[in-house]
Amino acid sequence: MGNNFKKIANEELQPDNFSFSNENLLKAKDIVKMYPKNYRESSIMPLLSMAQSQNDGWLPKKAIEYVSKFLNVPEMKVLEIATFYSMYNLSPVGKHHIEICTTSPCMLRGSDNLLEKLKNWIGINTGEITDDNKFSLNRVECLGACVNAPVVKINENYYEDLDLQSFEELINKLSNNKNVKMGPQSSRKGSEPKK
Amino acid sequence: MIKKNDIIFSNLYGFKSPLIEEASKRGDWKDIKKIFKKTPVDIIDEITKSGLRGRGGAGFSTGMKWNFMPKGDKKQHYLVINADEGEPGTCKDRDIIRNEPHKLIEGCLIAGYAINASKCYIYIRGEFYNESIILQKAIDEAYKKGYLGKNCCGSSFDFDVFIHYGSGAYVCGEETALIESLEGKKGQPRLKPPFPANVGLYGMPTTVNNVETIAVVPTIMKRGYNWFSSLGTKNNSGSKIFCISGNVNNPCNVEEELGVPLKYLIQKYAGDVVGGWNNLLAIIPGGSSVPLLPKNMCEDVLMDFDSLKNLGTGLGTAGIIVINKQTSIVKVIARLSEFYKHESCGQCTPCREGTGWLMRMMERVVNNDVSRKEIELLEEVTRQIEGHTICALGDAAAWPIQGLLKHFKEDILKNVERKSKVA
Repeated sequence: MGNNFKKIANEELQPDNFSFSNENLLKAKDIVKMYPKNYRESSIMPLLSMAQSQNDGWLPKKAIEYVSKFLNVPEMKVLEIATFYSMYNLSPVGKHHIEICTTSPCMLRGSDNLLEKLKNWIGINTGEITDDNKFSLNRVECLGACVNAPVVKINENYYEDLDLQSFEELINKLSNNKNVKMGPQSSRKGSEPKK
Repeated sequence: MIKKNDIIFSNLYGFKSPLIEEASKRGDWKDIKKIFKKTPVDIIDEITKSGLRGRGGAGFSTGMKWNFMPKGDKKQHYLVINADEGEPGTCKDRDIIRNEPHKLIEGCLIAGYAINASKCYIYIRGEFYNESIILQKAIDEAYKKGYLGKNCCGSSFDFDVFIHYGSGAYVCGEETALIESLEGKKGQPRLKPPFPANVGLYGMPTTVNNVETIAVVPTIMKRGYNWFSSLGTKNNSGSKIFCISGNVNNPCNVEEELGVPLKYLIQKYAGDVVGGWNNLLAIIPGGSSVPLLPKNMCEDVLMDFDSLKNLGTGLGTAGIIVINKQTSIVKVIARLSEFYKHESCGQCTPCREGTGWLMRMMERVVNNDVSRKEIELLEEVTRQIEGHTICALGDAAAWPIQGLLKHFKEDILKNVERKSKVA
C-alpha cells in the first residue's frame, strides 16, 4: 500500500554530488525567467522535476541541496515541496518505474486484477524495486485517462485500454528490452468510441 | 442532438494533427484580428450573454468571473489555466491539450485581452508529460506566427504564455491551492475572501479558468453568443465534453449539447451498459465528487447543471462513471474514500482526520462489519465534515458516501444482518 519511494534513501544509496548538466543548466536559467524576479520559489517545482529526470527518476539529498542553493531559498522549503507532491521520489526507482492506477474508474475495469498479476510477474510488491533495478512498482491515484481504463504509467508514458494479455505482453517486452507502443493497447487511437 | 457542424472540438480524438497547419484548417486563429478590434468590455459582455458556465466543476458564469477583475488599475493581472485534471472519471482536458491545443492557446489570448492580463500560466498536471510537449510546440508556433508575444496579432497588447508543471496533488485543482503551488509552496487552499480576482497569484488580480472553458471561447467569439446559447437548455447553454467510463461496452469521450438525456449518451456513444440497460445499478454523473444516482433516477435525467442539481447531485466535470449490477457499489465508493484520504492536504482538521476515518469505516462497510448505529454515525460524520473546511475537498469526500447511504442504506443493512445471522 505505502509509497516507499517517498522515504529518503539510506546513506549508502545517496550520491556524493549533484549538479545540473550543461544542457539543464541553460534550461534552468530559462525557467527562472518565467516567474517574477522576487518569486524564486516558483521555480522549485520545475527544477526538482528536471533534477529528478536527470538522476534516473529520483531525488537524492544532494539534488535538494543543489536546487536550494541554485535558487537561494532555504533547503527546508525545497524539501517541503519534495515531500508534499507525490511525483517526487526520494529513493531510487527501477529503469521502468511502473505506476498503476487503481482508483474507481480503473478498478471498475479490472485494475486490481492487473496489479495482483503484475506483482507475480515481476516478483515485487508495491513500493519495492527488483534486485536487478529493472522494475519498481507504485500504486497511484487517478491518472486522468478514465475512458481508456485500466491505465498504467511507466516512466513518462501512459499505456491504456489494458487487459491481462496486452499487459503481460507489455511487461515481457520491457523485460526483454524490446520497443513498446505507448497509448491504447487496443485498436483505438485515443478516446473515441470503438467502431 | 448535436449537429455535426455545431461540434467545437472536431479533432477531439486526434485523427488529424494538433499543430498549426491542420488547426488553421479547422478555423483556429482565423478571425483573431477581428476579435482584437472589439473592446475587452464587449468581449466580456458577449461571453456573459452566451451563457457559458465554467467547465471545471462549479458551473459559475465565465463572463461574470471575468467581470470581477478590477478595471483601469495599473497592477499586473494574471490569467491562470487549470489543467491539473485529476477528478476520477474525468479526462477531457487531456484530449483538448493533445489534440486541440490551438483552441486553448487562442482562448488564453482572448481571455487575457478581456481581463487585461499580459501573462498566462497553464498549470498542467505533471503526469501529462507527452501532452505538455505538444502544447509547448503549439505555443512556440503561435509565437512564431506573431499571435503571442509583444504586440500580438498586430495590436498594442503584449501576451506571454508559460507552462508550469504540477507534480501529483489533486488538491491543486482547487484554484487557490493551484495559486499557492505556482508560488512554489505546498498546495494548500487559501481562505476566501480575498478572492483571486482581487488578491491572487503573487498578490495580483488573477482569474483561474478550466481548460475546456477557455478552449470554447474562440468559437463563441467567431460564431456569436446567439449560436452558443441556442445549444443546450435554458441557463445551461452550449455543448460539453462528456467522459463515459466504467461498466460500459465502449468507454469514450464525446461532445454533446448540455441537457442531453443520460440514457441516450450511454446507449448511443458508449455501446450501452455492460449486460444491457437493465443491468445498470447506478451512475456517478459528474466526476467522483458528486453523489451517485440509482438506476430509477437515470431513466430520463438530462445532463445539465440544473437538472442534476434538482436531483441532489451535480454535473461537476461531466465525468460519468457507470456501475452495473455485477459490481459492489460499496467497494466503488470505499475506493473513492481512500482517494480523498490520500489527496487531503492536511490543512483543516475535519478533512485531515475525517477522510481517514471515513476510509476506515468504509472498509468495515465493505466487510459488513458495522451496526445500524454505526451507519448512522457514518452519515452524521459526513455532515460534520461537509461545509467545515476551507476548500471543497472535505465536501467531495462526504458527498459520495451521503449518496451511497441515501440510496443503498437498506441494501447495506440487509447484508449486515445476513452476515450476523450466518455468524
